[in-house]
Amino acid sequence: MTSQVESQGFAVETNNIFKSYGSVRALKGVSITAKAGEVTSIIGDNGAGKSTLIKIIAGVEKADEGTVEIFGEPVSFHSPEAAREAGIETVYQTLGLIEDLTIWQNLFLKRELMIGIPPFRILNKRVMRNEAVRMLSELDVHIPSVKARVRGLSGGQRQAVAISRAAGWSSQVVIMDEPTAALGVRETAKVEELIERLKARGLAVIVISHNFDQVLRLSEQIWVMRQGNVITGMRASDTSGDELVSLITGATQARA
Amino acid sequence: MGHIRGTVLQTPDVKDSGAASVAAPDTPSTLKRIGYSLKSPYFWANWTVLLALVVAVIVFWALSPDTFLSSYNISTILTAAAVPAILVIGQAFVVMTAGIDLSNAAIVTLSAVTFGAMFAAGQPLILCMALAIVAGVTAGVVNGVVIAQFKINDFIVTLGMLSLAQGVALVISNATPVQVISEPLATFALGKVGVFPYIMILAVVLLIIAQLVLTQTRFGTHVLATGGNTETARAMGVKTKAMKIAVYAISGGAAGIASIVLISRIGAAEPSMNTSLLLNSVAAVVLGGVSLFGGRGNIVGPFVGAILLTMIINGLIVAGVPQYYQFIAIGLIVMISAVLVRSAK
Repeated sequence: MTSQVESQGFAVETNNIFKSYGSVRALKGVSITAKAGEVTSIIGDNGAGKSTLIKIIAGVEKADEGTVEIFGEPVSFHSPEAAREAGIETVYQTLGLIEDLTIWQNLFLKRELMIGIPPFRILNKRVMRNEAVRMLSELDVHIPSVKARVRGLSGGQRQAVAISRAAGWSSQVVIMDEPTAALGVRETAKVEELIERLKARGLAVIVISHNFDQVLRLSEQIWVMRQGNVITGMRASDTSGDELVSLITGATQARA
Repeated sequence: MGHIRGTVLQTPDVKDSGAASVAAPDTPSTLKRIGYSLKSPYFWANWTVLLALVVAVIVFWALSPDTFLSSYNISTILTAAAVPAILVIGQAFVVMTAGIDLSNAAIVTLSAVTFGAMFAAGQPLILCMALAIVAGVTAGVVNGVVIAQFKINDFIVTLGMLSLAQGVALVISNATPVQVISEPLATFALGKVGVFPYIMILAVVLLIIAQLVLTQTRFGTHVLATGGNTETARAMGVKTKAMKIAVYAISGGAAGIASIVLISRIGAAEPSMNTSLLLNSVAAVVLGGVSLFGGRGNIVGPFVGAILLTMIINGLIVAGVPQYYQFIAIGLIVMISAVLVRSAK
């Protein structure tokens, strides 16, 4: 389940990515990197291109130009499914879980474990439930029962389930789009704990966030985007919230 | 991100104990559990139809104590319920994907006249039956492809198919019924095991298969996922278009099988409109607790719903209530059941 931590090289590297939607140039040559065992944050104002960038890494969108490399291997995903198979999982802000299905069904959606001889194969529910309990417990997520439907869960519980799913599939890269945007203080703290655990397990975690305190707390690497460009990248230990704000708004020019 | 009031899913604040204790044993008393269940929308979705069935049986039994529960009458109800019960299996699958099939009754007609035309041409029975089903599945696939591929509203597409299938049926049959006199079909239509007619046994076998497919296969889960949230399901890699096409194909196939049962019962393939079958199938699905928003439900509920609706009509007839009141009764029952399960969404 744990991925190899490579001391050298990057888990994710994008090189000079361009993407346009009609006449709107969403990305104008974006290059970022993310290391295994680190949290990499992408920050920027609305419309800076953050979401477009992670959609390209996650296989939801295709870049017009430029390459994405995963552990040094150039990849080109036609679908989110292909990205998932390559070990890249995404936790979407809204497109997360199916409310009418149970927690274990959500955890195993499209990856159902089967039993029996083809074509008479049926769902191996017992094993999936047990595995679901294990997936959640591995991240120390507390949910009353994996047989509960997602509809009854709180926002934090849902996010925890979504993160457990992302982490549970021998994934190497977990991308999160504003993972705590809709959560209260307590739940935010829980989710941040989860992110720390993913990091500790050696995954490369890429987070989009608007919360600068959170970014500084959680991440090792920060990339600042503005108007489709990466303005600068820096280590979180070398910067401050004030500097991030001024970089995003353009008040400060990027450091060389 | 709504909380559901009074369900067992509400977790108290979880203290960070360090120890991983997921699925903490949560053991409220039985009484409390029943209390939770009564407030849970899922409870009403699942049990409305059975409660209604019990109430209806008691009421009609009281109205006609000598006749309603006679084995003859039970058998009559089950015979009459077979066609709507088979049809509703397909409708249930469609509604679970948040769709609706308004063309299923018209497809029954199309399949029936296809059968009739083959039969009149002297084709073997088995071929007539196979082609009736093929005609149904084909119409269903057309529905599904137009809906899924071109993203057209299911209501419009299947309304179009309603007219299309009916029209083709009239053309094929030249608006004339074909007598279908067949020894094996007649045996099939009239045979019984105890009070259970063969045709209802067939319906129950189809029900069991459908329920197993829904609950025990990957396909079933993906159908529910597609209905629950198509966008999310697609993002997770579920082939949502294929699921939509499949459920309309199932509905068409169910209509094809229903047409064979219908022909065996009346001894003819008629190009008549079966409007009440359509209304019945939609009503039974609602009664059976399948959310019209998709994503939730089972097949047993709608199946029981179809039997219940047939029983109500029968009960009113047996009790000597004038025929027109049947429509009023069915309409009221559907509305009340829809209100009862409404809170589920």
